[in-house]
Parts: sequence; C-alpha cells; structure tokens
Amino acid sequence: MRRQIDIKALVIAAHAAITSHVDELTELDSAIGDGDHGLNMKRGMDAVLADVNELSKMPFNNALSAAGTRLVMTIGGASGPLFATFLNVLGFELKTAKPANAFATAVDAVAKRGKSKEGEKTLLDVLFPIAKALKLQQNPTELALIAHEAARATIPVQATKGRASYLGKRSIGHMDPGARSVSLIAEAFANVMSFKPNAENYE
Amino acid sequence: MPKIMSKVVDLHHRPKKSGQNVGIVIVSHSPLIARGTADMVWQMVGDTVPLAFCGGNAEGDLGTSVEAIVAAIELAWSDAGVAMLVDLGGAETNSEMAVEMIGLPRSNRIIICNAPIVEGAIMAATEASGGAPLEAVVATAEELSAS
Repeated sequence: MRRQIDIKALVIAAHAAITSHVDELTELDSAIGDGDHGLNMKRGMDAVLADVNELSKMPFNNALSAAGTRLVMTIGGASGPLFATFLNVLGFELKTAKPANAFATAVDAVAKRGKSKEGEKTLLDVLFPIAKALKLQQNPTELALIAHEAARATIPVQATKGRASYLGKRSIGHMDPGARSVSLIAEAFANVMSFKPNAENYE
Repeated sequence: MPKIMSKVVDLHHRPKKSGQNVGIVIVSHSPLIARGTADMVWQMVGDTVPLAFCGGNAEGDLGTSVEAIVAAIELAWSDAGVAMLVDLGGAETNSEMAVEMIGLPRSNRIIICNAPIVEGAIMAATEASGGAPLEAVVATAEELSAS
C-alpha cells in the first residue's frame, strides 16, 4: 500500500519555508526581475494554508490539484500558472503512475507551460534535477541537498527566459528566485518526509 | 460609461452593440496600461467591438489575476471568438490558464496574439470592427511582430 502522505504537514512546511524567506526572494527578484516574487509566493502560500483543513480531508491527488488552483488564483505572477500546472498534472498522474514518473511528467508539463527548458535560469533548473533524483530513488536528505545545490547552480548562468533574460549578461551572478523558491519548498518537504515520529501512522 | 465590475482588480468592459464581431480582451500587469489601451481602442472602434480589459493582481498591485482574466473574457465574449492582447510573461501564462478554465469548445475560439499590447489591440480591434473573422483579426495584430 502506498504510504499515506500528510498534506497538512506539507502545506505548513512549504508555507513556513516561503514566508521565512520572503525578503531573500524579494532581493533575488529585485536584482534580475520585477521584485514581486517573494510577496507573490507569500500570498499564494497564505491562501493555501488558509485552506489546509479542507485540503487534508480530500484524497491526496485532489488536494494537490486544489492547492494548485488556489495558487494560480492568488500568486498573480508568472509563477502562479507554473506551480498550478505542476500540482494539477502531478495530482492527475499520481492516480495511475508511480510517484517518480508522475513527478517527471509534471515537470515536463511545467516546461511546456513556460515554453522553456533546463539551463535557462528558471525554476526548471531545480525541478529537473529533483525528477532525476527521484527516479534514482535517492533519500530525502540527498534530495534536499540536490535541490539546494541546483538552485545555487543558477547563479553563474545567463538567463535566456523570463524578464531576467532582458538583462542579458547582467543576469549572471544572481540566483534565480523561482529556482530558490522550489529549492526552499523541496528542502522543507524532504524534512517532513524524513521525519517519522510515529512510523506506523504513515503506513 | 464603463461599469465597475471589481474593486480590487481594474476589470472593465465597454458597452457593446452586439456580439457579432470578434471580441478584444486586454491584459496588462498595470491597471493604467490596460485602461489606457482600452481607451485608445474605444476611440478607434467605439461600441462596434466587444471590449474588456483587466490589469493588476488580486491586491491591485502590478501583476495579473486569472480570475479577472476569466471575467474579462466572459465580458467580451462573442460567438465570433476573442482575440487577446497581453503584455509580459505572467500576463501571457495567466491568460493561457484563464483560457483553459473557460474550457472547450469556447477556448478553441480564444487566441492570445503574439503582438505588442497597445498597437496590437488597436489593429486587432480595427480589423474586428469590419467584421473580419478571428484568424484575420489575430493575423493583423501579429503582423506587428513579424521577424
């Protein structure tokens, strides 16, 4: 039987990860974008947290799609549709596919939505390495490290997608704020997944 | 005068005579750009073209709102279809989400133009006011971004 995942713990962890880094995300986005990423993400996370009790009553894949819809209605920036697409496709795919395959399909859907690919200094630069690591069945601690390093690896990259691409070479030397957001959430989720105080509750 | 539909996002439409011509929807990060562009369109075509616009995120700051975009498409809906003019990245991706939420079969008759928002909106609306079909309206706007 597939392990039951506690959606409430994930939402609280993601919310805390973003809201405790709003200033950092704002700073990153001000350097190479329009500076609203931190507040946009906070607004989205606040809305999802407000729904957490309803979400935790739903089947897991429905809760993912519902959270995605909530995000796209509240974020108000380009990240909204990207996160929503990811969660909607992941929720749909999890009905039939193995988690690692469902995750990979969701990442491909994000790339299609953003008309982008890996290496353009976007959140895909973190999502693709996580998808690869999941297929290799790496443990949560390794996943967190991979996500963290993948976000940092966007620093020397010149942006070729999104507003940062308008800066050309001046986008080099700054971490991509979307990549940072994904790594913050991934690291928080990895913590939740590796923390099992009552292991029997998760079976 | 336009009727105010929402207090948080600047979402408006101009009164229209009929829904026969292709509708125009303008989506900008900035409520002022959305409104200004719509004013320029209105000056050209008046009430011959269904026209709606929205700008700003859910809090009225710079950004776009999927909910407002869906509402704008509904306001400008025409059986002849709707041509959308949007500004930067988030306006485009949020508009794509909004079109998907409108759903089939109507979403097949909504096209996001690859064109500059102000010039594109005016050229698309002028074409639409002559009764041109959706494909011609979109092509006219997109001539501006031929590369």
